[in-house]
Amino acid sequence: MKFTLSWLKAHLETDAPLDDILYALTDLGLEVEEVINPMDTLAAFTVAYVKSAEKHPDADRLNVCQVETGKGVQQIICGAPNARAGIHVVLASPGVYVPGIDTTIGVGKIRGIESFGMMASEREMELSDEHDGIIELKGEPEVGSRFVDYLAEHSPDKIDPVIDIAITPNRPDALGVRGIARDLAARGIGTLKPMPVADVKGTFKSDIGVTIDGDVLEKGCPLFTGRLIKGVKNGPSPAWLQARLRAIGLRPISTLVDITNLFTFEYNRPLHVFDADKVAGDLRVHYAQGGEVLQALDEKEYTFDAGMMAISDDNGVESIAGIMGGMPSGCSDVTVNVFVESAYWDPITTAKAGRKLKINSDARYRFERGVDPAFTPEGLDLACAMILELCGGEVSKMVVAGAVPDVSRQYKLDTDRVQSLVGMSIDPADQVATLEALGFTVEGDQVTPPTWRPDVLGSADLVEEIARVASLTKLVGVPLPRTSVGVAKPILTPMQKREAMARRTVAALGYNECVTYSFIDQASAAMFGGGSDAVKIGNPISSDMSHMRPSLLPGLLAAAARNQARGFADMALFEVGPVFQGGEPDEQELIATGLLVGYTGPRDPHGARRAVDVFDAKADAEAVLSAIGAPAKLMVLRDVNDWWHPGRSGKLSLGPKNVLAGFGELHPKVLKEMGVKGPAVAFAVHIAKPPFPKNKGTTRPALKISDLQAVDRDFAFVVDAKVDALTLLNAAKGADKALIADASVFDQFTGDKAEAQMGEGKKSLAITVRLQPKGATLTDKDIEAVSAKIIAKVEKATGGVLRG
Amino acid sequence: MNGLDDLKAKYLGGIAAAKDEVALEELRLAAVGKKGEVALMMRGLGKMTPEERQVAGPAFNALKNEINSALTAKKAGLADAALNERLQSEWIDVSLAGRPRREGTIHPVSQVTEEVIAIFADLGFAVAEGPQIESDHYNFDALNIAPEHPARQEHDTFYMHRDAGDNRPPHVLRTHTSPVQIRYMEKHGVPCRIICPGRVYRADYDQTHTPMFHQYEGLCIDKNVSMANLKWVLEEFCRAFFGIDDIELRFRASHFPFTEPSAEVDIRCSWDNGQLKLGEGDDWMEILGSGMVHPKVLAAAGVDPEEYQGFAFGMGIDRIAMLKYGIPDLRAFFDSDLRWLKHYGFAALDVPTMHGGISR
Repeated sequence: MKFTLSWLKAHLETDAPLDDILYALTDLGLEVEEVINPMDTLAAFTVAYVKSAEKHPDADRLNVCQVETGKGVQQIICGAPNARAGIHVVLASPGVYVPGIDTTIGVGKIRGIESFGMMASEREMELSDEHDGIIELKGEPEVGSRFVDYLAEHSPDKIDPVIDIAITPNRPDALGVRGIARDLAARGIGTLKPMPVADVKGTFKSDIGVTIDGDVLEKGCPLFTGRLIKGVKNGPSPAWLQARLRAIGLRPISTLVDITNLFTFEYNRPLHVFDADKVAGDLRVHYAQGGEVLQALDEKEYTFDAGMMAISDDNGVESIAGIMGGMPSGCSDVTVNVFVESAYWDPITTAKAGRKLKINSDARYRFERGVDPAFTPEGLDLACAMILELCGGEVSKMVVAGAVPDVSRQYKLDTDRVQSLVGMSIDPADQVATLEALGFTVEGDQVTPPTWRPDVLGSADLVEEIARVASLTKLVGVPLPRTSVGVAKPILTPMQKREAMARRTVAALGYNECVTYSFIDQASAAMFGGGSDAVKIGNPISSDMSHMRPSLLPGLLAAAARNQARGFADMALFEVGPVFQGGEPDEQELIATGLLVGYTGPRDPHGARRAVDVFDAKADAEAVLSAIGAPAKLMVLRDVNDWWHPGRSGKLSLGPKNVLAGFGELHPKVLKEMGVKGPAVAFAVHIAKPPFPKNKGTTRPALKISDLQAVDRDFAFVVDAKVDALTLLNAAKGADKALIADASVFDQFTGDKAEAQMGEGKKSLAITVRLQPKGATLTDKDIEAVSAKIIAKVEKATGGVLRG
Repeated sequence: MNGLDDLKAKYLGGIAAAKDEVALEELRLAAVGKKGEVALMMRGLGKMTPEERQVAGPAFNALKNEINSALTAKKAGLADAALNERLQSEWIDVSLAGRPRREGTIHPVSQVTEEVIAIFADLGFAVAEGPQIESDHYNFDALNIAPEHPARQEHDTFYMHRDAGDNRPPHVLRTHTSPVQIRYMEKHGVPCRIICPGRVYRADYDQTHTPMFHQYEGLCIDKNVSMANLKWVLEEFCRAFFGIDDIELRFRASHFPFTEPSAEVDIRCSWDNGQLKLGEGDDWMEILGSGMVHPKVLAAAGVDPEEYQGFAFGMGIDRIAMLKYGIPDLRAFFDSDLRWLKHYGFAALDVPTMHGGISR
């Protein structure tokens, strides 16, 4: 919302300096976004007098002028055709910034002759587009005086500051200059001037009548008023009106149109003017049937949907109600008879239609926030009075369809509650005075909001009005008491702790944390088991961000591809974030996913570098699971999802159903699709899935350590190549649970050479078993006995044999 | 006894000059071996008179000991020399890099979220979370944003697809973390103190906006909580978070449908050559929105607004991370550029705590 200071002062009697007004506006909740104050930008320009002007010896179009300035006579080279002796001019001395050419003036030499400043044109000072010559000042202004003071005297509108403020959606009243003035007056920045009274006496009945369909009258348009003015003379509006509109960025069109724009911004009262000679019959306000087409004033064609409000005459639709008028019945310079419309359009109906038609007009903006319904006829008369004054003509009696809707309502003012909520002492009398200054009626503790404040819908809104006028800047912080005495209790839930632990564990394993978008493209989502309509965004910002992700992998792979494109081939990336199995709020799960791409590190002189493989991913998955307290013994399942390498990936599972993590090499097709140069391995941990410990105690089970020496025994077995090492180990461990402390594979022999030695489809697995005696040192006999059991168990479980 | 002195001089000289263990062994055998000169001389003791023996015995022994000591010392010396020689030959170029080790990092969003949690935990605020695909009810209606309220349009909402025939209003990607307020109060009741950090979504993408970003919501409901308490909490937070004692905040009236009164909060700052400094200067920078929870919001969450009141506020996590750590571009937060992750990331073990400090 833009306005000028002088416009504001048309409604507000005040001597307050501009800065005080600006501060108050922002503090009141009418946030000042920009101020253009020529008094500041032009402050350094001064008045000067050209004593003489001689042609430049080396340039036909330049003059060498001797100029009397506030600091004596200076020599200035000037190229303006009107530069001549005997005129008063505007001077930019060296060091002055000239906004129109975005330059700070220096001392220069032009074709060998020094020049100490510049004489300015209007365009160079952004006063107008005038650039035919330098400004010639009228009268005998004092040499050396400020140019802005000259402007203040001769054309004050040129130094009128323009203020742009942001209006929150609850304040339609502040979309008019008068509403802004009222707020400032309530704050004590001056006095609100009385409302002008329109004395419009219609002398005849309007030729154009208005009806509102019954269903529209109920909600969409409870009131429509209009007057016909015959014999107007349209044309350019007066200079003051044009200046006002220009200052806020509007293009003057004609007096009639300019008046409607003026009222939109002065009183938050949008109006429409029909050329009465182009209206056939009466006007009818109705809901469109759908399909009606109108060329609107923005010269675009719009098609009505059923239920949008329209104003029609015998020729068809003439106006998109509350949003924009139509070209066919619009006013032009030759309009002689004008029908002025002032109606109240319902915010919701207007908003829906405006959004659907994608028209952002000043009228729509105001009606959908709520204009003052009671001001509808008054606004009409004020506008008609101005038309009569500026365009002449004769005005009809008012045409009224419907009636001013009753929006009166009362809320209780609890002055104590105000102080308790805000935490600031505000005298109850001041509270009442504030409300009254804003136009509220206060009777006892009952408060009636003014008709221009549709946003006030309860006692809490009264508190807000009082608080903002009193100024929240004055609020002084008051300590919030602690909830309990003593040492603060921890606040994280077990799951929250687990999330943080998972995140920091993966980072400690050398992965760089990423935060990638929750939405990805459909193809990537589909590749990872998602991409259905259930997770589709109805209005995506681009096709790359159309579906909620089913997995963190696509985002990380895309990140890897981007980094590879930048020349980084190897990386370890991870993310801890949500994935979405479906489109309902409860179909979201937190996952920790790590991705390893390329080699374990850069090339090095130690030979430490190797390609990442599935066991890197598995180890990291296990480290995360261990950190978040998952049980140590997990099943390794193989029926993996499609995006994994079918032979080189697995799932870590607690029982057959509760899968805690997946790990493995990514499917080469997936890598190709995602543009990642492999090898690439990954893990994904479902961090909420491992059961949370039930025991809340801190005591750990006693540690039992045997003083007796443990014995390690190695065995090698020949088994089928597809026998899982885990099966073999579990069998070995099961041979004597009391005695066997641990067993692990320390070597495997596979491939062609192994098969050549041990037979086709065979491999050898070498394990070491640690025997921990508890009662007495083991004898050779004991060891032999347990060895025999291990061999028997393993052979039974795997179908293998001890390697000879 | 001159013979002894000669012998001594001969062998000690020989030992000192010995070049290696073999020469040394030869000398040992020649001197103190079974058939060595000293041994032979000692055998002659038996033929001596007791008087002679009393003189010669200790002299022979002394000579023997002296030679043995010299042998031992020389042997150790030779071993040291040999070791030194070997070690000299084992020289390697220690200026070579160590074996490469990956260094992981924590994303600034995660780090700053933990910083915020640590500070508010000290003030007794718990952490609450909620879904990111959210119902129209929780994201808007329950927060006093009616369907046609202009504020809804200003939210640039992402709507989820709805199948034909499913007539529920489409779910949305939550546009703010405020729905968590309602969910939390519904489930846990009041009084309460919570913060709700997390991802939020708005259909906006330009220099300073990304369609996904992070916010945290603060909510404090009790019987006597006032806006003055809110100001104190925010001042304390900013002091702790930015690590600047003389932080100054300014409350400015504003409007949010879910709070009343509402205030935007500015922080005093200066811009010096594009460098932002908080707590000084004449500029004010908006950092958050806040207010007293609207009675309709409390009622929507099943809380009696006649009995309870309190404040709520919302702050951008990415934004305060940018301010605090001087990160220039929001879009880079979500680009996963390795160079960025390493430069702006935090060490894995660098957990922010109140006792160890919030800032890095």
